[in-house]
Amino acid sequence: MKKLTPWILTALFTLWVASSLRPPKQTTEFDLNAFGRLPVLLNGRVQPMDSVARNSLLAIAGRQVVYLEGNGANGAGWGDLGEFAKQENARPLKLRQWYQFSKHPKKLSALQWFAEATMKPKVADERFIFRIHHPEVISDYDLRELGVEKGGMQWFSYNELTNHFDKFMSEAQRIRDAKKEVETWNPYEKQISKVASSLWLYTRIKNSLKPENSTDFGAELAEFEKAMKPGREAAEKFQSGESYSQEDLDRIVAFVGEYERISRVAYPLIIPPANPQTDPDAWSNIGIELTEATRKDELRPEVKAYGELISAYRANDAQRFNTAVQAFTEQLAAAVPTALGKGQNEYRFNHFAPFSKSTRIYLFAFVLACLSWLNMSDTFRRSAFNLIVLGFVIHTAGLAIRMLLEGRPPVTNLYSSAVFVGWGGVILGIVLERFYKDGIGSVTAAAVGFITLLVAHYLSLDGDTMEMLRAVLDTNAWLATHVVIINLGYSATYIAGFLAIVYILRGVFTRSLHKTTADSLTRMVYGIVCFATLFSFVGTVLGGIWADQSWGRFWGWDPKENGALLIVIWNAIILHARWGGLIKQKGLMNMAVFGNVVTTWSYFGVNTLGIGLHSYGFMEGSFRWQLTFNATQIAIIMIGLLPMSAWMSARSGAMKGLTAPKSKEATA
Amino acid sequence: MGKKLIDAITSLKLTVICLVIAMILVFVGTLAQVELGLYETQKVYFRSLFIYWGPEGSDFKIPVLPGGYLLGTVLLVNLIGAHIKRFKFTKKKSGIFLTHLGLIVLLLGQFFTEVFQVESFMRIHEGQVKNYTEADRLSELVIIDTTDAEKDKVVAIPERMLKEGATFEEQMPFKVEIKAWFPNSLPGIGAPKDTGPDVITASHGMGRNGYFRKEPVGRSMDSRNIPAAKLAVTDASGQTSTWIVSAWLSDETLVGHVADQFGDRWLNLVEADQRLPVGNQTYKFALRQKRYYKNYSIELEDFRHDLYKGTDIPKNFSSRVHIQNAKTNEKRESLIYMNHPLRYEGETYFQASFDPNDPHVTVLQVVRNPSWLAPYLSCILVGIGLTVQFGIHLFSFIKKRRQA
Repeated sequence: MKKLTPWILTALFTLWVASSLRPPKQTTEFDLNAFGRLPVLLNGRVQPMDSVARNSLLAIAGRQVVYLEGNGANGAGWGDLGEFAKQENARPLKLRQWYQFSKHPKKLSALQWFAEATMKPKVADERFIFRIHHPEVISDYDLRELGVEKGGMQWFSYNELTNHFDKFMSEAQRIRDAKKEVETWNPYEKQISKVASSLWLYTRIKNSLKPENSTDFGAELAEFEKAMKPGREAAEKFQSGESYSQEDLDRIVAFVGEYERISRVAYPLIIPPANPQTDPDAWSNIGIELTEATRKDELRPEVKAYGELISAYRANDAQRFNTAVQAFTEQLAAAVPTALGKGQNEYRFNHFAPFSKSTRIYLFAFVLACLSWLNMSDTFRRSAFNLIVLGFVIHTAGLAIRMLLEGRPPVTNLYSSAVFVGWGGVILGIVLERFYKDGIGSVTAAAVGFITLLVAHYLSLDGDTMEMLRAVLDTNAWLATHVVIINLGYSATYIAGFLAIVYILRGVFTRSLHKTTADSLTRMVYGIVCFATLFSFVGTVLGGIWADQSWGRFWGWDPKENGALLIVIWNAIILHARWGGLIKQKGLMNMAVFGNVVTTWSYFGVNTLGIGLHSYGFMEGSFRWQLTFNATQIAIIMIGLLPMSAWMSARSGAMKGLTAPKSKEATA
Repeated sequence: MGKKLIDAITSLKLTVICLVIAMILVFVGTLAQVELGLYETQKVYFRSLFIYWGPEGSDFKIPVLPGGYLLGTVLLVNLIGAHIKRFKFTKKKSGIFLTHLGLIVLLLGQFFTEVFQVESFMRIHEGQVKNYTEADRLSELVIIDTTDAEKDKVVAIPERMLKEGATFEEQMPFKVEIKAWFPNSLPGIGAPKDTGPDVITASHGMGRNGYFRKEPVGRSMDSRNIPAAKLAVTDASGQTSTWIVSAWLSDETLVGHVADQFGDRWLNLVEADQRLPVGNQTYKFALRQKRYYKNYSIELEDFRHDLYKGTDIPKNFSSRVHIQNAKTNEKRESLIYMNHPLRYEGETYFQASFDPNDPHVTVLQVVRNPSWLAPYLSCILVGIGLTVQFGIHLFSFIKKRRQA
């Protein structure tokens, strides 16, 4: 049984992962999956409607679901938040509390919410999606009694904010005018701007498929098509001074006025190019398409298809909706097969969500691997290792699919860099575990995998993670060499640092750091630091050469370059200090932990300075996390500096006769 | 004593100390950029022997850190010395040897780059032909003999000689004295409201209806200092006229910016007659960016700047140019775009920028750097060196484990 346990666990997790590869279950009768796969153009790239939905909701609400149920106040109990909101005495509303395990609130997926917002905006206006957390903003705008609350955050509905719409917009404009640099805004100003941009994004979404006030859009389009020819003729006669029908002209003017308005507002470009072969970029939004249509006397079939979809959705006619979306998909398959294929693949990827799955598997494996030290059980250790390999396979699959979708090397922005650094770290950990079979490699791999994917998750809150690359970055050759290699250097430095943390914590707080473990940890850290030196040096110099290729200077002391250089120098210092016999095991470990601080500075810290050519990822709020992380690292170094008499493993005699980490180079 | 010194100079301890100081230097030199800007920081921290510190407001300064030049030199000496003194070349240490050789190439290469690299730029319209590039941050005072409509005769005085009180009279029929030199300035129209040493006007040319005001020198990377000067020109008969010159008047981009604000009144001032007739000759005064003339010329045929559909994200910038070399009768076409520079006659042309107000203007960065290949060589040497060295370690480790 003990032998089988690791494999049973792995099989269970594999099943869980495999379950997400099937098409998602229909939660309503409407075939929203097909709707979510429809290709649109946004941020310069073709993507499925589903990605637009997810990224928009993430930007507005800070998460990808909308909760429909929660707690009412004053004994109102558990129920539909929308209903509670209509009762005077049920306020304030709270989402599920942490102790309400038995409650499973109804919720909308990002796609369901997006379908509502685009096709039934009146319903969507009541959903609690606008996240506001700044207490002063909440009190200034009299929002305290409104919205739904959880853990100090509040989410408001559009209807609750609509009275303040103009004020938010004008305040945001005032802030932009007063302070050009986003970095100089205080949290209050950032919050105001955030709310304003969320409100504006929401307004754009509501006008993306049709004008938000249009009721039966399919019927409206039919009317419009009938009015087009007489309207155009009337306009031509009016211009040439002939007698014309005022009625025909008025009718078309009314339509076009509204369509022109949404042509400036609509968010994704939903109408594919008419001639995809000659002009694949010529996507347009619904407003532009309808305004232009008046010149051709007829509507494109894609426009009519959307009209039919929307009317069916509003009429709550699932069968009609599903027939329409199927027919539309077939139509697109004939007209723009590449775009449709791309949309469908990315949709599957979104649903597969490989990185969030790996994150959970790594966390579970981390716990198992730590347990394996407590009771020295090999079952736990092997279970942990199997799961890490499974997590790694999914992690790799996720990276590979991203590369295929983007047609690019793995790292293109800060988000994908975090994913990739974790990936590199996990490989190193797996290799170490294969060699030493003592759980150390597993703990490190799982910890680094989990933390980096968590960081990646927070970075993804900024929006589209597959955004297009600016001209200077648009070179797969350099992205594949410089960027990949330097990120592997980051991975290695972090892994060395975490191995050193294992050494220090086990040595000081447990009796488990025996001489053999200590010696093998030393060898691991040394080996990984060598690896880190190689990759960070070559990566840094390649970066310089890229700079030389693109703007004619190899080295410019730019903050990001300096950051990379610091990692190289620090690794070189560790190696030389060791070769010179200046440090022993403990010193090596403490220096390796400091490597975490150096790498974090180079990776994120320089971005917070907000200067230089590489400051592509300015991250508010991340600064506090960096400080916290660095503080823990310094604390660990302090612990590592304690005299040997304070180390539990040393007092118990486990660490007797440590091999001094001195190699032959020192005597050279 | 001598042996001890040599031991110290070639010791690993010194290497480690230097590297630690290098870390501090790089770190401080990064933080300092927030306040000083990139350009000034480079000068103070990396292109220097020492970094000085003193209490604010006093002139008393002490060196607190070695600067980039000193540190680089010590590291180089330490590295080369250690190899001469202790290093015996064996197969086992071939990796370390290659790595250090690569580092020496890199450090020397950067040193030569510092000394020999010349950076300039070419701002060019579609259809325009240019046979010179301009310096980014250096100006020159030019006195142009425009008598011959075909060819100008130019006397150029470099910026470093432009100081208050300096006089020049060689190759000119008059004496030019610098009455005032403002390293940074702002222009004004009409008569200035106040006078004083920080405001200049002149008796002739533009300075009769406009003026320049002295501004503090800006240090940040994207701010640029725009100089202005007042000249007193005294001819053989002893008659003196005064003139003002400035990059505000000669640089097209700047003229455009100011004209956006002041309109035609400014353009009239820029067009103002800055010519001085002396005998049969006519001279013109200007302060412009320092020019580097080439023995070939470049014509811009087409500049493209595309955005991704529906976004503000630049998709590409590219300049199609014609190179015309009268000496070799060479005529060829080249497309310069991001990450694909043009290398010609020891110079490299990079797609650097564009004019946000004029879609037909490209800005090319031009670099002459004889040691541009050093980093490439170094990267290969160090890459191979470290791989070999760590490979040797790794294999012996695996072998030992197998035996154990």
